[in-house]
Order: sequence, then structure tokens, then C-alpha cells
Amino acid sequence: MITEKTLKQTMTNDLPKDMSRHLPDSLNSDLRSKMMRWETLLMVFVVIAFFTNIQLSPYFLDPWSLSDATFNFTEKAIIALPMALLIIARDIDLSVASTIALASVAMGFANTMGAGPIELALIGMGVGTVAGFVNGWIITKFDIPAIVVTIGTMSLYRGIAYIVLGDEVYRSYPEGFAFFGQGYVWGVLSFEFVLFLCLAVAFGILLHKTTFGRRVYAIGNNPTAALFSGINVKRHRLFLFTLVGLFAGVAAVLLTSRIGSTRPSIAMGWELEVITMVVLGGVNIMGGAGSIVGVFIAVFLMGLVTFGMGLMNVPGIVMSIFTGLLLILVIGTPIIWRRVLTARKMKSKSGN
Amino acid sequence: MDRPVLELRNISKTFPGVKALDGVELQLYPGQVTALIGENGAGKSTLVKVLTGIYTPDGGDILINDEPVRMQAATDAKRHGISAIHQEAVMFDELSVTQNIFINNQNRNRFGLLDWPLMRRRARTLLEYLDVNIDPDLPLRELSVAHKHLVSFASALSINSNIVIMDEPTASLSHHEIQELYRLVRRLRDEGKAILFISHKFDEIFEICDRYTVFRDGQFVGAGEINDVTQDDLVAMMVGRTVKQIYPKIEAEIGEPVMTVEGLCHPTEFADIDFELRRGEILGFYGLVGAGRSEVMQALFGLTPTSAGSIILNDKPFNPRTPGDAVDQGLVYVPEDRQHQGAILSLPIFQNITLPQLGGLSRSGFIDMAREFDVARQYATRLQLKAASLSENVENLSGGNQQKVVIGKWLATNPNVIIVDEPTKGIDIGSKAAVHKFMGELVAQGLSVIMVSSELPEVMGMSDRIIVMHEGRIAARFDRDEMTAEAIVTAATGA
Repeated sequence: MITEKTLKQTMTNDLPKDMSRHLPDSLNSDLRSKMMRWETLLMVFVVIAFFTNIQLSPYFLDPWSLSDATFNFTEKAIIALPMALLIIARDIDLSVASTIALASVAMGFANTMGAGPIELALIGMGVGTVAGFVNGWIITKFDIPAIVVTIGTMSLYRGIAYIVLGDEVYRSYPEGFAFFGQGYVWGVLSFEFVLFLCLAVAFGILLHKTTFGRRVYAIGNNPTAALFSGINVKRHRLFLFTLVGLFAGVAAVLLTSRIGSTRPSIAMGWELEVITMVVLGGVNIMGGAGSIVGVFIAVFLMGLVTFGMGLMNVPGIVMSIFTGLLLILVIGTPIIWRRVLTARKMKSKSGN
Repeated sequence: MDRPVLELRNISKTFPGVKALDGVELQLYPGQVTALIGENGAGKSTLVKVLTGIYTPDGGDILINDEPVRMQAATDAKRHGISAIHQEAVMFDELSVTQNIFINNQNRNRFGLLDWPLMRRRARTLLEYLDVNIDPDLPLRELSVAHKHLVSFASALSINSNIVIMDEPTASLSHHEIQELYRLVRRLRDEGKAILFISHKFDEIFEICDRYTVFRDGQFVGAGEINDVTQDDLVAMMVGRTVKQIYPKIEAEIGEPVMTVEGLCHPTEFADIDFELRRGEILGFYGLVGAGRSEVMQALFGLTPTSAGSIILNDKPFNPRTPGDAVDQGLVYVPEDRQHQGAILSLPIFQNITLPQLGGLSRSGFIDMAREFDVARQYATRLQLKAASLSENVENLSGGNQQKVVIGKWLATNPNVIIVDEPTKGIDIGSKAAVHKFMGELVAQGLSVIMVSSELPEVMGMSDRIIVMHEGRIAARFDRDEMTAEAIVTAATGA
């Protein structure tokens, strides 16, 4: 066994004392690299979008109007947080929107059996958790790529919702249930929005300050080496899928409560918006890199842009065109910029 | 004597930190089979890649029929009539036999389109020439390993080459198939082709080769007629120097057994592995590539499930089902493939070092960054890591320093058994010496080391005892005073 004592002996006896001088270990990157960070770039876009919106509408700065705007993205943003962790760990879940439909249908069904608001919320979250666990279990047990399995469960979960509900609609949720999606905690701050803020902080801490978060990065950067380092890679992946399912369930509770009804087509296409938020936030779609701060800012950027277009009465389909362009623009800008810089460097070199 | 059809003069090839080929020479004569012999890492594979245009040498001349040629791409090799049959055939399972044979050598018809009828006829002729009955339209995946090999032969012959390189062609063949292969080699030889035959097996070298060339550590050692030498002469040339001078072994006190392995079996990779590891001991595992050494070690580390056998570690039954179990019990593994299994290249040094023991550096799940840096700095200093900063990504380090990071991350977990798999593969001489010295220090402090190595001088120089594996089984055991290079190599080759 190497004890602390022998270690220190080896260190002091065998090695020159100034060795450690070769290993400066400051974590503070210099100002310039901070300026170039993704999050900074995103903030610039947020500011641009903000002032554009002010120009577009005199009512934009009204607190209630701002508060209303948050409802457009909070539910998706809540799924984007665990999704960021999942994508950093080199996985993906395309079934989240279908999970919402399944959870919402389950709540609607429970409602007809007379469940109260709290039971309904627990059922929604429980169904989401199970759906996420099933995804993760199939993926890790049989070693099938996540994209394949979750495309499958995307159809499966929504298919179940259609079978149960058909053309029907579940309505008449109990009065207390409306709080989750329509209630306000303090002044103009909605319950949804406050929940999102708290979760963002929690996920930020989870990813950036805990052993779990560090292992997520390790798995995303090199799953083999992570396994060879004693990390139980499968268990971590299974947990992440379950976590995403849980928060899809949370989103289902909020959304169902907000619109007060359930149709099987609920939240159609949300999976792509959630993943867009994550990628826009600077999370590498190939895994291994990204931050919660980035995703947090990206959520607001998308919210501001859609809201601005709403102010201009842009139809929904055109909005999705703009969202697509925004994604390509924000992801593409730094890549193109780097190309230009290298090309310029090459030119000046050959000129000499 | 004929002029050589191919001659290499003073060929060198350097990779960052490693001199893979250092002024080697080679002559191939028409109608003769020349054996290329050397240990793993002697530069044989690099030479094959130089001859087939995959690597461009840094210096030296390649002469074909006394004309200097430049070899810059695989098409150059083809143009000069060189074809190679690789160790593991690079082939396409879903394509047909014909498509595989003509994968980079298609015939076109007068419209510029691929002429499949012609290629199918040529494929049939080639396969007939090889005396095999294979339907050229079958997809390759339906063929046996031996037949796949013959298809790669046909592919090599399809470019009508004068020079044929065979890189361990018998590695995956049965006895009968090997006899068939010999017949083929002789036939090619009798047609006047020059054949370079790379092999570890002395029996086949003496069976079908006419000449030999020996490399060691990227350098040319000797060449001549096979009839003029004995197996012992060749082994002596392969191993060379007296090993004890280079590896000053620190004598450690060897104590009681730390780990006892009994009857360990795997469904396919290894069987009946018995050994004992004692405190303060370096136990060497030698064998050819594919002898099953890494698989045994990965089973001990909980990566590969076993089918039978028992392990006692620190007087307790040890049945690791995940690497985490092994680490908890004080057994760690430094894998052979540093870049894919050992280190996470795109993460900083300090995060790599602390990864296996994050739990111990955290309070209720929150990482204590100050302590984390302390630990990382401690081991970086101890291993004399050369890096600009601990926050630097491991990918920016040299191979030797990357290996130090991997060793450091395991030492930081305070293990009592450390398994190192090819610990100095592909790292420069300086780092090699540092790693060796460090292993000596570890055992002096009472750790036990298992060292898997394919480098004979290293395994002989460092080990207290050596276990030699051959085809998944233990072929021989040697104590330090009874080790001889000849006996070890003989056991490893199963001769």
C-alpha cells in the first residue's frame, strides 16, 4: 500500500522541489478566452432580440406581457435541462413529446376516476419516469443506439395515447390542478417560471459541481475510458434517461394544467424544439461538452425570438422557419468566423 | 545470384516520440520467399505500410528493379506491382466475392461503366487458379475465415504483382489450411514472384522461407540464407542485447501471496489460468499478440465475465463484476490502448487523474476542487509529468506523459495490485525508463505488479517471474534465475 507518508517521502526525497512550478493550475482562463465563449455570443444574440422586440411593440416591456411570454417556453425548457445532460453523455431522447402525451392521457384517465390535483401530478410524473426508464433499460440492456430506440418509443408512446383516447378529449380537470400551469407564486412570477429557475440552478450544480456531473462529462468524452476508470457507465445512462422521462412528466403536468385539456396530439413536435434549445445552448450534439448556463441563455433567446414574431403576428409555420434559421445562424457563425480567420492567416503566410 | 527485384536502402520513419524505422534495409529476390522476423514493435508493420504506400518514409530509397521509385499512395504500390495480404483481411462482408476481389482495381467497359461480367469471369479464373470452389457471387460474410483469406489472396493476385507481401497470413488458419497456404506460396514462388513473409512462427519460417531479414527496435540486425542459421541464431538476433544492463532492477522484498487465481476460464479467449501474485513482486506475462493475456487481465478487472475459476484477493474471494468492484478491492488496470481505454484525451489532466476516486474527493456528492487539485498535483509531481498546466487537456501531451497520467490516476486510488498492459508501447525511450524506474519504486513500497508485455527485453529485465501464454493457455513459467530468451520465445510460439 502507498500510504500518505511514503508518498510524501518519495516526493520530498526524489524530486526537485521546484517541480510543481512547472504545473501552474489556475482554473481562471484569461479574459480573452472568456470573451470568445459560446455563452457570451449567445448573450449578444439575446440582447439583439430583446431590443428588436422593444422596437416592435410598445407593450413588450410590460411586466405581465413579459410574464405571459415565458409560458411559451418554460415547459420545453424544463425538459431541455436533463436533455442537456443526456446529450453531453452521448445519448439522446426523441420520445419526450410522446412521453408528455402518454403522461397527459394517464392524468386525464385518472381524472375520470376522480383523482385529486396532487395525485394527478404524481401520476403524470410517475408515467414520465417509467417511460424514461423503459427507454434507458432497452438501450443499456441490449446495447441499441438511443436514437433508434427513442424513435421507436416516440411512435409507441403516442400510439398508446391515441389508442386510449382516440378522437376524444379529456377535460374538466379539478380546480386545484390549474395552479401548476396557471398559478402565480409572487406578483407576475408564474409557478412554472419559478420552477424552471430553481431547476436550472439545481441542474447547473448537478452538472458542474458534483461527482455525477463530472462522470457525465467523462462518459460523453470517452465511454470506453470511463468504463475502464471504474465508472458504471450503464447505470449512469439509465439514470439519465429516467431523469429525462421524469421531467417530461413534469412538463406534462404543467402543460395539461395550463391548457386544461388532453388530446393525443398534445405537445406534437416538441422533441425537436427541446433538442434545438440544447444544441443552441452550445451542447455538443456528439457529446462531451456543454454547460447549463449556455442552455439557460439559449432558452431565453428562443423565447424572445418566438415572442417577437408573435408580436408581429407571424404565423406558426413561418416561426418554425425562423427557429431553424436561427439555429443554423448561431451554430454556424463561429465556425464560419474561424474559417475566415484561418484563411486570412494562410493568405498572409503565403504572401510572405 | 539474381539482382533483387525490390531493395530498400536506409529507410527511416519517425512518429512523434518514436523512431519506428531507423535506417533499415531489405532485399527481395524473384522466386524466393524472404522471412521478415522481429518482436512486436520491431518495425515490421511500419515497413509493410511503407512498401504499400500508406506511410511515406522520412528518408532512404526504395528501388524496384534498380530504379528508385516514390511511394506516396496505395495506387503507387499497385502500379509498381506490389500487393499485400494483411494480417486481418480488410474486406467487406456485405459485398460479393467479385466485388471484394476488385475493390480497388475495377475493370471498366467502353462506356466507362464497371464491367461486371468481365470481373466475374476474372474472379472465377483467379479462384480456379487458387484451387478453391467459391461462387464469386456469394456475399463475403457467408465464407469461412480461410476462404475469406483466399479471397484476399485473389485480390492481391488480381493486380498481377511481382512482389507479394504476406503479413502473418497463417494467424487465423487451421493446420490443414496452413498446408494449403504453403502450397500456394510455393506456387507463387515458382512462378518467379518475390514474396515477403512476415511470421512469428519459426516452424513455418524454416518450412517455406528461403531467406531471412531480422529487425530489432526499428533497426536492421541481419539477413541471409535460411539454411545458414538455426532457430537459436534467429532468436538471438531478435532479442539482441543483454537485458540486465538496460533494466537495473530494484530488488524488492517479496512477501506473502496477495492474489491467487485458480482455473480461470473464458468461453473462447482463455482457459485454465492458475497463478499466484506475491507482495512486492513484478510478475511478467509474455506471449504473442492474441495469446489471451489482455483478456485475462480484463477478466481480473471485471471487464470480461469468466465461465469458471476462482480468485482470492487479499485473503478474500474476489469476483469482480464491474471495474468499480475491482478498484474498490485495490486492483487496478492500466490498459494497453492508452488513447481509447486509458485516458480521456479531451478532458484536462487533473480530471483524468481524479476520475476513479471522485467519491473520495467529494462531500455528499459535491467535488472538493481544492483537494482534487492537491491530489492531481501530488501525482503529477511524483510521476514527473511534463505539462504546461494541470488544466491542459491530455490530448496535448506526448505519449509518455499521457501514460504517466493513466498510471497516476490509478496510483491515486491507493491500489495494492496494479496491472499494466504493454506499459511502454509507443512511448519514447526517456519515458520508458521513467515508467520502468517507477514500477521498481512501487514494488519496493509493497505493491504487486502484473506486467503484460510483448517486449522480451522489458519482460525479462523487469520481472521477478514470467508466465508465458500461448493460445489462451499458460505455456510455461520461469523464475528469474532460469529465464532465457530462447526458452521464453519457444514457449510463446508453441514450437
